[in-house]
Amino acid sequence: MANNKRPRHGALLGVVAGLALQAGPAMAAEQGIEMTLAAHHFTPDHVTVPAGTRFKLRVTSHDSTPDEFESPALRVEKIVMPGQTITVTAGPLAPGKYDVFDDYHPETAQAVVEAQ
Amino acid sequence: MLASFIIVFREVLEAGLIVGIVLAATAGIARRAPYLWGGVLAGMAGACAVAAMAGALASAFAGNGQDVFDAGLLCFAVVMLGWHSVWMARHGREMAAQMRQMGHAVQSGESTMFAMAVVVAIAILREGSEVVLFLYGAATAAQLTAGAVLAGSACGIAAGAAVSWALYRGLLTIPVRRLFSVTGWLIALLAAGMAGQAAALLANDDIIPAFGYQLWDTSWLLSTGSVPGRALQALVGYSDRPMGIQLAAYLTTLATLIVLSKWAGRPVQRKESANA
Repeated sequence: MANNKRPRHGALLGVVAGLALQAGPAMAAEQGIEMTLAAHHFTPDHVTVPAGTRFKLRVTSHDSTPDEFESPALRVEKIVMPGQTITVTAGPLAPGKYDVFDDYHPETAQAVVEAQ
Repeated sequence: MLASFIIVFREVLEAGLIVGIVLAATAGIARRAPYLWGGVLAGMAGACAVAAMAGALASAFAGNGQDVFDAGLLCFAVVMLGWHSVWMARHGREMAAQMRQMGHAVQSGESTMFAMAVVVAIAILREGSEVVLFLYGAATAAQLTAGAVLAGSACGIAAGAAVSWALYRGLLTIPVRRLFSVTGWLIALLAAGMAGQAAALLANDDIIPAFGYQLWDTSWLLSTGSVPGRALQALVGYSDRPMGIQLAAYLTTLATLIVLSKWAGRPVQRKESANA
């Protein structure tokens, strides 16, 4: 029921897709901040986005079955088929932390989007 | 098992609440069953088709295919609900009178039953495709938990259908002379909510302007991430963080349906009795 109350597991399977973050949130937001779903875990499981403006997330699935990228706070609910990359536009967000999750595997696939 | 129960229950409930309202709103119409079953079966077939094409759909319209497709379906459903409102405004009173006298349905309404079958089909297609993809994933994952997931899903479908049936039976306890005015309002709110959702989907992809991304935030009170929030979203278009364009579409649709009903139901010389 309340997906945000479950404990979050750190993403152990490191597919380093979040390198774009090094360039700073504002720049990364232009092309989209990358997130990867593999073995029903997000990598990275914590991303930083600029507060108060629109931003893009690019979510790629390396899972072998369909995933559903979802977040009521970001107003998103999108199917991600295996091997596919989806782009999500969201915001502007007030500074704070927002939960995102894969609705088909909510026990393990959880991440936080932090607006700064 | 609990997680799969909640996921499937939520989707089935969202579609089921709409079906429950449609069932109550068409209570006085004879020979409605073939239409409603047709709508259910078409919706299930459509759900499987959409699930099968999910990959292609997602990459259409510059990656916004799912949202554009969903918004299109919602707009079509809104038109069908509007059609039903007009039809009910013309025939509701005589239908209620007939039901009081004979205790059962006698009015025929082929055109509005077709419209309502489309609404049922769209509701089941939208939520059903998500259930199909979830079940497909669970079934092919070949995990040890697949059995539990499928059991949870089966319970979720049963529970969602039960709540929807309860809504239908509950609405039927309303006295006949008031029933169609209540279902008329429910249909209008349902249509307004769908129009608002369609606008929000398109605005979220920057296809249409949002006119304010967040007019207010009532997620602390009732989040659309919770089951009650989702149910209210499906029923009356509740949104915890509405966009400007969403509210505008909501109010415009609601006002349009109210005006259309008043206009269609105005007492004129009754020579339009040939309308079915």
